Amino acid sequence: MEPFTVLTAIAAPMPEPNIDTDMIIRIERLRDLEPHQLGPYAFENRRYRPDGSETPDFVLNREPYRRARIILAGPNFACGSSREAAVWALRGFGVRSVIAPSFGPIFVNNCYQNGLLPVVLPEAAVRALIEEVEAAAGRAEVTVDLRECTVIAPSGGRWRFEIDALRREALLKGLDDVALTLSREAEIAAHEARDRAARAWLYPATATG
Amino acid sequence: MRPGRSLFDKIWDAHVVAELGGGHSLMHVTRHLMHDGDGVPLQRLTARGLKVRSPELTFATLDHTVSTEPGRTPATASAFAARLALIRARAAAAGIRLFDIGEPGQGIVHVIGPELGLSLPGSLIVCGDSHTCTHGGLGAVAFGIGASEVLHVLATQCLVQRKPRRMRVRFEGRRAAGVTAKDMILHLIGRIGAAGGVGYAVEFAGAAVRALQIEERLTLCNLSIEMGAKIGLVAPDETTFEYLAGRPYAPAGAAWEAALRYWRGLPSDEDAVFDREVEIDAGAIAPQITWGTSPEQVVAVDQRVPDPAAEPDPARRQAIEAALDYMGLQPGAPIAGTPVDWVFIGSCANSRISDLRAAAAVARGRRVAEGVHAWVVPGSEAVKRQAEAEGLDRVFKDAGFEWREPGCSMCLAMNGDRVPRGQRSVSTTNRNFVGRQGPGARTHLASPAMAAAAAISGRIADVRRL
Repeated sequence: MEPFTVLTAIAAPMPEPNIDTDMIIRIERLRDLEPHQLGPYAFENRRYRPDGSETPDFVLNREPYRRARIILAGPNFACGSSREAAVWALRGFGVRSVIAPSFGPIFVNNCYQNGLLPVVLPEAAVRALIEEVEAAAGRAEVTVDLRECTVIAPSGGRWRFEIDALRREALLKGLDDVALTLSREAEIAAHEARDRAARAWLYPATATG
Repeated sequence: MRPGRSLFDKIWDAHVVAELGGGHSLMHVTRHLMHDGDGVPLQRLTARGLKVRSPELTFATLDHTVSTEPGRTPATASAFAARLALIRARAAAAGIRLFDIGEPGQGIVHVIGPELGLSLPGSLIVCGDSHTCTHGGLGAVAFGIGASEVLHVLATQCLVQRKPRRMRVRFEGRRAAGVTAKDMILHLIGRIGAAGGVGYAVEFAGAAVRALQIEERLTLCNLSIEMGAKIGLVAPDETTFEYLAGRPYAPAGAAWEAALRYWRGLPSDEDAVFDREVEIDAGAIAPQITWGTSPEQVVAVDQRVPDPAAEPDPARRQAIEAALDYMGLQPGAPIAGTPVDWVFIGSCANSRISDLRAAAAVARGRRVAEGVHAWVVPGSEAVKRQAEAEGLDRVFKDAGFEWREPGCSMCLAMNGDRVPRGQRSVSTTNRNFVGRQGPGARTHLASPAMAAAAAISGRIADVRRL
């Protein structure tokens, strides 16, 4: 997994609440495409008209937001379906961090598995960032510093953000959960043996019917 | 003195393998349910040279991509033939029991888990689907995960998770006639919002929840994720035990007695503390219907859609305007009377036998309105067979509904079952998102009885007045 340390980049405002993962990537795309092919289909329903031409006023179709690597989002960003393809599509577009007042809970875990940093800031802070970015017609860059757990506005304004130490460490080093957990097999086996003894009814051998 | 523990704490704590610091734990998974969307993690597992650690705790079925066309064959949904072949082959190689098309056990993964007795009180259930919270209706901690987490569970039978905070929602009082579990949960989402449950595991309690049958509790928990809560659950009780007794994978004999003793200790202690409490008067809830593109955009069927001019917050005003525009509705108009093109009765929210009975009770002896396409998609092969044994398929067909084969179908429109662009559907599903039932489709969420009433009336109608 690609490590995440400090990112300074164009930030695209998407302040509407409840942008769901269906909106980020349509379900049909999961059928035919590989995870690394999804970038062009991120926000497909917003980016393109039914005839395939671009919707000119959609933020990610406008300069300089076409080059955005940060999204400044509204509350409950990426709510809904658990499809990890939402993260793959954002990564494919080039996004490395989303800053929002809140996130869909499954999306957050999916981000951590793919080197995308979800940053929770108060709604007022996200709005202040959006105002600054829009005042500069998008050309003022925002910095997300995971080492310092700080978001830095173009004007130099700073907001601290909270992130669990475990997740921060994994993102900074690009660590993979699976390898770490595999190294704990002895603990897992011991837990399972205890649980099988205490709750044998929970471990089916075969169906009775 | 040890503080009281909640139902959620008791189940969560029993599955902690190790504390990892920073509020995270390594959690043991006691049931892993899979579906035909899980091809990517299975492929990646193999590519990494890893094996399925606990196939005996892993169960699979086919639901997302299968055809629901009457008389379907393996060739009916040929676009997905490769996907189905992949999961069949990989499941067989790994020793995972897969419930295939045509056999009892096949169906929507959140219908078959409870139905087979795979989903048990006190277990920790995961599945690569956000509506896994459904299984909480039996008193389990159940939540949806992404593809990387699915791979993690396959390889280790564990997951790295942060323990959520606890919320309790108490529905007190008694539901009025015509008001279902679907109306209760939609009303709650309307009240606390689509992000109201973010960061929480939600226990549903109170007299009106105790009074619910298990299938109704599954519906209630199914929409937990629609208020941002990954986990929703109801304490197991005699209703739960009666439901589970004798199911194929439920414990039997001495194991059943041991399970019962354990399960009776699961309900939250009297002095359990919750981080947030919400109380709702169930008696004040009317049948609900969504008007917008988020489940929080919901009203009682006798109310009007909102007027964005009354919303002071600009981002929210814009969201209301965009939703009304997409849905083709006028600000401030009554929701009842809106003409519909489609009715879809199905999905992991509402496709169980009690849902079909409720819809059939409305449809019996009536006709689907001219020009309305009305589908009934049973949640599983077992539901389908039971409904046919009761003659419900005839009731639906005589009324002009199409009776189809079990699967997810038009809820997420992955298999090609879709509502055409610009057309309006009343659906018993859980998501009214933009494009969810097909690009440009307009979805109104409601209970099965309300959906059947819309099919008969040709417009959004109050089932209590039919």
